[in-house]
Amino acid sequence: MTPALIPSLGPAVPEILLAVAAMALLMVGVFRGNGASNLVGWLSVAALGVAAVLTLGLPGERVLTFSNMFVVDGFARFVKVMVLMSSALAIIMSMNWLDRENINRFEYPLLVLLAALGMAMMVSANDLISLYVGLELQSLSLYVLAAIRRDSAVSTEAGIKYFVLGALASGMLLYGSSLIYGFTGTTNFDALATLFGREGYSASIGLIFGIVFLAAGLAFKVSAVPFHMWTPDVYEGAPTPVTAFFAVAPKIAALALFSRIVLGPFAEMIDQWRQIIVFLAIASMVLGAVAAIVQTNIKRLMAYSSIGHVGYALVGLAAGTEEGVRGLLIYLAIYLAMNVGAFICILAMRRKDGMTEEIRDLAGLAQTRPGMAAALAIFMFSLAGIPPLAGFFGKFYVFVAAVNAGLVGLAVIGVIASVIGAYYYLRIVKIMYFDEPAAEFEAPMSRELGIVVTAAAVFTVLFVLYPSPILDSAAVAAAALVP
Amino acid sequence: MIIETLCFYLFAAVTLFSAFMVISSRNPVHSVLFLILAFINSAALFLLLGAEFLAMILIIVYVGAVAVLFLFVVMMLDIDFEEMRRGFLQYLPIGALIGAVLLAELLLVLGTWAVSPEAAEMAAAPTPPVEEVSNTAALGQLLYTHYVYLFQAAGMILLVAMVGAIVLTHRTRKGVKKQNIGEQVRRRRSDAVEIKKVQPGQGI
Repeated sequence: MTPALIPSLGPAVPEILLAVAAMALLMVGVFRGNGASNLVGWLSVAALGVAAVLTLGLPGERVLTFSNMFVVDGFARFVKVMVLMSSALAIIMSMNWLDRENINRFEYPLLVLLAALGMAMMVSANDLISLYVGLELQSLSLYVLAAIRRDSAVSTEAGIKYFVLGALASGMLLYGSSLIYGFTGTTNFDALATLFGREGYSASIGLIFGIVFLAAGLAFKVSAVPFHMWTPDVYEGAPTPVTAFFAVAPKIAALALFSRIVLGPFAEMIDQWRQIIVFLAIASMVLGAVAAIVQTNIKRLMAYSSIGHVGYALVGLAAGTEEGVRGLLIYLAIYLAMNVGAFICILAMRRKDGMTEEIRDLAGLAQTRPGMAAALAIFMFSLAGIPPLAGFFGKFYVFVAAVNAGLVGLAVIGVIASVIGAYYYLRIVKIMYFDEPAAEFEAPMSRELGIVVTAAAVFTVLFVLYPSPILDSAAVAAAALVP
Repeated sequence: MIIETLCFYLFAAVTLFSAFMVISSRNPVHSVLFLILAFINSAALFLLLGAEFLAMILIIVYVGAVAVLFLFVVMMLDIDFEEMRRGFLQYLPIGALIGAVLLAELLLVLGTWAVSPEAAEMAAAPTPPVEEVSNTAALGQLLYTHYVYLFQAAGMILLVAMVGAIVLTHRTRKGVKKQNIGEQVRRRRSDAVEIKKVQPGQGI
């Protein structure tokens, strides 16, 4: 055995910073008590911000470290910046809420920070083991976050439900990984890719079994149909800022991981996995569009909406081309802005006696709070995919990629599903603008949130004028993943 | 050689027997004790394989910590196991059916099982030769060099588990007397002792 070399730490600097910051802030919180939760919150946001800047500063080419278990490339950089940004926004969104609900706990921002660390590790995974470890770090933090209102029965139920089903999904993922290891003798993505790329290599049934199990575990994490059952209950039960976090960052990270796996090691086996992804995409789009129609709770509605959006994003992945990945990344970036904005509006739905979550409470919002109504209307139009708002372009690029990859049927079903889905998004706009006003909401949103929601709305509206930064960096990132 | 074989069959037989007794004995305390017996015999099997580190870990961690914890739980929580078993027969048919389906599926997979040639060739686990280093040293070399990333990441997961357990269950109770070492050390004679002159026949 050659003498062990110290692995190069450079590529992992953002992750190391996050880990060290989490431990240091844990100490700050423990010694200063729960009175320090605001301080810990802002410091966590700062840590996430610095990590994002460091990620941008990493070299653009593909770098491996830690015995090839950790990879940084253009794709990882793009996704990590999105993940870190949405985690920081999730903390900012929660601070005001934590104060008002008297959940003065410094662990909240810390768990978001640790979840962000797990997500960054997932995005950079280049080995089945590092994939699992990152995924588990993220999931464990999320289980605790879902149940953080431990005095409320619904929040605890959401936490337990998420935990039990998440553990089952992790089990499936591990089973799949062990089958893949058993049939190939390696867990490293690069080694798997070289193996499958050999002349005349034909996959055995057991290996395909492994891929199916792996895909099932990942589909659970992105909440694609038929592994979506937990989503509405958990989204409804978890506190609203936690739901806002769940709907964005973990989905982005898990979708990125999904793409890295199927287009990295299993790129040669596209015929095997494409049918799975196509099925997941169709089922998610259709169910997301149809099941949301009857919802009366806005968080449940957003849960079904996010299931549908995962379906659209998977259309890009099903294409399996560089163009498809580019579409997926653009979709995720736009989805981030729309969802953060929509959830800030939902967070502002508060009356004297606490949060309200019913859609009918939005009635007549245009008269009581014209600004918020306009912002929410923009996000709803965009989520429905109505041009010229950003949401339209997200869908446009994935569908174009699918058509170019010969999946015309899939794209047609996607278009039909988004027409059906438009109904329930537009219904919210109708309730806000044309119904008799319901009781007014309490004090307007805080200044930070006002800034964020305005930025998200401006992005959504003006994306059409100046799309090139996102389009170009997504193209660079996609080129890094698909050689 | 023959002794080794005899030992193997002895330990293996005792392991199987005690594993069976774990699930069949009526008294849960007996179950845990049989579990400990199973652990110790499996440790002996590890020793026969030359994996002395795993053998010791199995005894220290599983017998020393996990099984004792089980024993505590079984003794402290008064669980009526008869009550839990009552519904067993009711669910037996469907359970057996699912089990049979799973078994059939597994047999189908295993029927076509062949060790893939790649598995042997790719499996270049960087383990040093057994003759040169003891397996404790070999494990350490792998864990702290090749797998250091995963080792640290697993540490972060344990940290999250700890933070999570405290967040979800810790409550500050009122009226709990806590030890404050600083205060105890600072304590002087004058804080604790007071001399009262008591006049005879008057009391305090």
